[in-house]
Amino acid sequence: MAKITLSNLRHSYLPAPAGPSDYALKEIDLDWQDGGAYALLGPSGCGKSTLLNIISGLLTPSEGRILFDGQDVTDLPPAQRNIAQVFQFPVIYDTMTVRENLEFPLRNRRVESAKIAQRVAEIATMLEVEDMLDTRAAHLSPDNKQKISMGRGLVRDDVNVVMFDEPLTVIDPHLKWKLRSKLKELHQRVKATMIYVTHDQTEALTFADQVVVMQDGEIVQIGTPVELFDRPQHTFVGHFIGSPGMNILPATVTDGRVTFEGQPVAVEGAVKGEGGRTELGVRPEFVSLSETGLPARVSKVSDVGRHAVIEAMVGDTPVKAVIGHAEVEQGAQVHLAFRPDQTRLYRDGWITTEAMQ
Amino acid sequence: MRTENQRAWFFVLPVLLLVAFNALVPIITVVNYSVQETFGNNVFFWQGLDWFEQILRSDRFHAALGRQFLFTFLILIIEVPLGIVVALSMPRKGFWVPICLVTMALPMLIPWNVVGSMWNIFTLPNIGLLGYFMNDVLGINYDMTQQPFSAWVTIVVMDVWHWTSLVVLLSYAGLVSIPDAYYQAAKIDGASPWKVFRYIQLPKMKTVLTIAVLLRFMDSFNIYTEPFVLTGGGPGNSTTLLSIDLVKIALGQFDLGPAAAMSLIYFAITLLVSWLFYTLMTKDDAK
Repeated sequence: MAKITLSNLRHSYLPAPAGPSDYALKEIDLDWQDGGAYALLGPSGCGKSTLLNIISGLLTPSEGRILFDGQDVTDLPPAQRNIAQVFQFPVIYDTMTVRENLEFPLRNRRVESAKIAQRVAEIATMLEVEDMLDTRAAHLSPDNKQKISMGRGLVRDDVNVVMFDEPLTVIDPHLKWKLRSKLKELHQRVKATMIYVTHDQTEALTFADQVVVMQDGEIVQIGTPVELFDRPQHTFVGHFIGSPGMNILPATVTDGRVTFEGQPVAVEGAVKGEGGRTELGVRPEFVSLSETGLPARVSKVSDVGRHAVIEAMVGDTPVKAVIGHAEVEQGAQVHLAFRPDQTRLYRDGWITTEAMQ
Repeated sequence: MRTENQRAWFFVLPVLLLVAFNALVPIITVVNYSVQETFGNNVFFWQGLDWFEQILRSDRFHAALGRQFLFTFLILIIEVPLGIVVALSMPRKGFWVPICLVTMALPMLIPWNVVGSMWNIFTLPNIGLLGYFMNDVLGINYDMTQQPFSAWVTIVVMDVWHWTSLVVLLSYAGLVSIPDAYYQAAKIDGASPWKVFRYIQLPKMKTVLTIAVLLRFMDSFNIYTEPFVLTGGGPGNSTTLLSIDLVKIALGQFDLGPAAAMSLIYFAITLLVSWLFYTLMTKDDAK
C-alpha cells in the first residue's frame, strides 16, 4: 500500500510536441491517498488510460515524476512497481486452470508454496470461485474470466495500487451490478488503493470515494460524488455528471447582476472576476414550474416513469427541467424558476460565484 | 449454440459432385488397377491382394518409406521451431511489416520445378555458387551428385528454404491476433519472456501451428518435384523418396498393379499420420 504522487506530469505520444494540443496529458499534479477508492472519469480519449498506463509503468511520461510513498518510480518497469492492473477485456492464461492463473503472479515472484496456497484460497473465497479452481480457465464465462483477472490483481498482498481499466465493458448488464458491488466490498476488505477508470458516471459514482474528472488531458475536478453533483467546478463536470446533465446557459453580467435571455436571474452568491464568456449553470432537478419567472414554451416532454424531463424554450435557448409527471403538455406556455442557491455562474467554463454560506 | 437444421448439406452437394469427379473416381480407378495385372492391350487379370502383399514385404518399399519418414521428420523438426523463432522476431507494426511479409512469401511463389533447378545450379560442385564456395573456398568436400550425405543436406536445406515461410506466416498471423493487454498483464504479473511464450504466445498460435504442421507433413510426405529435379533420387537410391519410387515403378517399369497398390498404401499412411497429428494436437481442447 502506498500513497501515490504525480508531480508535474505531462505526456505526449509525439516525439517532439510543440504546443499544448500535442499533449495527451497536460500538467497533472495529484496525490492518491493510501487505501482510497478512486475513480478516474472522463469521455473516451480524455487521457485517462494514458494516465493509468503511466502509473502502472507501461508508459514512461514525457515529463514529470511519479512517486510511491515519496520514492521515485518513474523509471521502474511495471514488474518492479508492485502494482496490479485489470484490463478492459479479461486477460487469462487459457492453458492454465483457474488455480494456476491465480498462483501465476506469486509463482513468478518466488513466493513460498504454503503462502501461495493460503492467498489463493482467500482470494477464491472472496470472489466466490472456489468451485471452479480446477477447471481450465479457457472454459469460463466472460464475467468469471474477468473475476479471475481481478483475482490475479488482488492475490498479492504487497501491491501498492490495484488499477481497473474499464473492467466491466464486456460484462452483461445484470452482472455488472454484481461485480461492481463485489469490487466495492473487496476494497473494504483488502484496504488497497484502487483506481477505477471509466467513462460511465454510474460506475464511477458507485465505486469511488473520490472521483477525478478528466477532460482533454486535464483534471477538471476532484471530489466526492456528492460534491461533483452539487457544485461542479467546471461546466464540463456539470454537463458530464447527472442525467440529464446540468443546463449550461449563455448569460451576461452587468454590475454583478446576471441576466439570461433579457431576464434577471438570482445566483448563489457574489460574482467574482470579470470579462470572458459567462454561462449560467443549473441542474434540471432545480428548475421548476412556477407562477412567475422566465416565460418559456415547452418543446419536449419525456416521461421516464418516476418523473418527467421537459425541455422548454426560453427565447432561443432550450432549458431542461425535471418535474413531476403529467404536469404539462408539449406546446404549453409556462414560467420557469431556478432555485437561487443551486444556480451558479461560470466564467470561461470555471465556476465564478461564491458559495452560499 | 448448436443448430438442428440439416438443410446446409444441400449447399455442399455441388462440391461433393466436383470432388467425386476429380478425386473419388480416380481413386476408385487406382483401386481397380491395384487388384489386377495387365500386360498391355487393355487385357486385365484378377490378382487379388497379391500386389499389396508384395509391396508390404519388399525391401525396396521399406527403404523408400524409411527415407521418406526421415526426410519428413528432419524438415518438421527444423521448419516448425525455426518458423516460430522467425515469426517471433518479426516486427508487429510499422514500416518493416509489409517488407518482411513479402520477403517471407517469395520462396513460396516460385514454381516447384524452378526451385529444384535453382538449387541444382546453385549447388553443383565447382560450377554452382554454393558448390564452389564449399569446395574451393572452405575446402569442404561437398558434392550432392556423388555423396549421399551431401545430397541429403541439400534436399533438406532446399525444403527449409522453400517452406519455412509457410510456418512463419501462419505463426505470425497467430501472434498479431494477441491483444496488447496480454503482454501488459504478463509484465505486471512479472512473467519471464519464456513464460510469455509458453503461456500466451504458444497457446494463441496453437490452432495455426496445427494447420502448419499438418500442411508441412502432407506436403513433405508427398514431395516429388524438387528432389526429382535436384538429384533424380540419387546418388544411387539415396534420395529416392516414396513418390519418386512410385513414379519409377508406375511409369519407368510400367507396373501398374504394384504401383496402384503402393499408392493406396502410401495414401493410407499419409491419412493415418495426419489423423494422428491432428488428434494429438487438438486433444487438449476437448477437455
